[in-house]
Amino acid sequence: MAAPLLEVNDLTVRFRTDAGWMTAVDRVSLAVGEGEALGIVGESGSGKSVTALSILRLHAGPTTRMPTGKVMYGGRDLLGLPMRDMRAIRGSEIAMIFQDPMSSLNPVLTIADQIGESLRLHQGLDHATARRRAVELLDLVRIPDAARRVDEYPHRLSGGMRQRVMIAIAIACRPKLLIADEPTTALDVTIQAQILDLLRDLQAELGMSVILITHDMGVIAEFARRVMVMYAGRVVETAPVGQLFRRPLHPYTDGLLAAIPKLDVDVRRLPAIPGSIPDPTAVIPGCRYSPRCPMVQARCRTEAPDLLPAGPERQARCPPRVAALEHAA
Amino acid sequence: MADATMSYQPALASGEAIAARRRFRILRKLLHHRSFMVGFVIVLVMVMAALLAPLTGIDPNKMAIRFRFRPPQDAYWFGTDQFGRDLFTRTLYGAQLSLWIGLSVAVLSGVIGAAIGVLSAQFRRLDSLLMRIMDALMAAPAILLAIGLGAALGPQTHSVIIALAVAYIPRTARIVRASALVTRELEFIEAARVAGASSLRIMFRHLLPNATGPLLVQSTFVFAYAILAEAALSFLGIGPPPPAPSWGNIIAEGRSFAVQSWWIMLFPGFAISLAALGMNLLGDGLRDVLDPRLKVEG
Repeated sequence: MAAPLLEVNDLTVRFRTDAGWMTAVDRVSLAVGEGEALGIVGESGSGKSVTALSILRLHAGPTTRMPTGKVMYGGRDLLGLPMRDMRAIRGSEIAMIFQDPMSSLNPVLTIADQIGESLRLHQGLDHATARRRAVELLDLVRIPDAARRVDEYPHRLSGGMRQRVMIAIAIACRPKLLIADEPTTALDVTIQAQILDLLRDLQAELGMSVILITHDMGVIAEFARRVMVMYAGRVVETAPVGQLFRRPLHPYTDGLLAAIPKLDVDVRRLPAIPGSIPDPTAVIPGCRYSPRCPMVQARCRTEAPDLLPAGPERQARCPPRVAALEHAA
Repeated sequence: MADATMSYQPALASGEAIAARRRFRILRKLLHHRSFMVGFVIVLVMVMAALLAPLTGIDPNKMAIRFRFRPPQDAYWFGTDQFGRDLFTRTLYGAQLSLWIGLSVAVLSGVIGAAIGVLSAQFRRLDSLLMRIMDALMAAPAILLAIGLGAALGPQTHSVIIALAVAYIPRTARIVRASALVTRELEFIEAARVAGASSLRIMFRHLLPNATGPLLVQSTFVFAYAILAEAALSFLGIGPPPPAPSWGNIIAEGRSFAVQSWWIMLFPGFAISLAALGMNLLGDGLRDVLDPRLKVEG
């Protein structure tokens, strides 16, 4: 494989809370190739969004310690970049869309102004040209009657439309990488499918890489080529999407997969993973999943497991299961 | 509402037309708002009076000792003062100075207050410093602060303006800051940062426009306060210097003769009350229409 577009090594992000420093993201490494779609799954609070925000250095604030590790993009470490260079990358090379389209648009600016903002910022387009480009982009994200919509204010658009506008803003400068942080969570199911279709088509059309963050395994199965599962700030498993669904290696992944409703089986209650994600400030010796793990062993509670290789493109943070896999092979 | 009856023409509407229609809707709401319209008419009459003052054809500073202390009568609608100057003309010219001071103070404190407000909302480290300065300014009563500054700068019109602007900056800054603090937590600010916007751009393109409603309303109140405060400062002898008439210094000069020549203080005093009332009604109306949470039908 050629050098990946984005390579994150040992990214660690810490926040200060009333209870002391907590580690929101703990030595996370990932790589995204050109044109690749990587999915990141995990429960709320598993560190997926913080990882994404930290790639773009959007973690500012007095309560955050400067992340450690490396975020290599185009031969440069984004974490060490001067702010001016970082701003030049944001929006033009790496773009991001958010979960809630209702609050992601400025209510006092027209759609044209907001799509045009990054065009004027990064490509120096004048107002009229930016507006024309905005109409083209609205067409591209399949908003009907784009020429009229472009001059409207966000409150006149539905949630699905607004998310399309957000996507139009994100792809305005033809970014090489799009980070989509739960882009469909706030939308209803039929719209979700449309937005995912749109994202996939755009990815193919523009040849961009996508990092898709979600807690919906169905979305992952449809969209990603490779999946990274996060739990309590750590990566617990990475695998190509087919392998992950066929043969998960981490008990947490088992749990997530078991919680997907199945069409062919009649169930009254979906299986759930008992307990909840640990308090990030809590100190858990050994494997962080051990308090909830159904196949926990004595050593899991004392030894913190490493992320172990388990075949090409596969890693898992569960020594017993990885050993069992090797044994079988 | 009237909106429902308005025909909607989706196919023909151009972008400018849509933006214009939105502005038009606010305008129409204002036109239907009773207290806004009353305030607007009062202010309009005041401004016209100030601008048309030269039409009386009388020099406001021309003395006529033979005609001093004339009560209101045919030739002198508002009477004359101790130098025989025509008070009607002086009150009209006084409107020029008083309204000018009100406007300048409103604009000056609005611009600087807004800048301080968004700065401290955007840069949290700067916030505590700026807000402590604002607190210190606010701790002193506005009029006392203005007296101190006015005394330091000397009795001139522009020193009155500066003194009053400084006195009213903290309130405006607080209001803009509060509004910007709410706005900056919304996702579109993060989205703007993702798009590569600088802090400056976020402040002036995203935070400030979302605070225009409260800012505008606050400025109308500052306008009214400034007119009142100018009168108070003149009364205390540190207002705009005579002989140029302002409502405040006409009253100040008339106070020695208040018992026998009540009219000297009455008319400019009435003008001050009316101007303050007008601006307050205007501000109330603006607040009702611009704040979508207050669904008041005036």
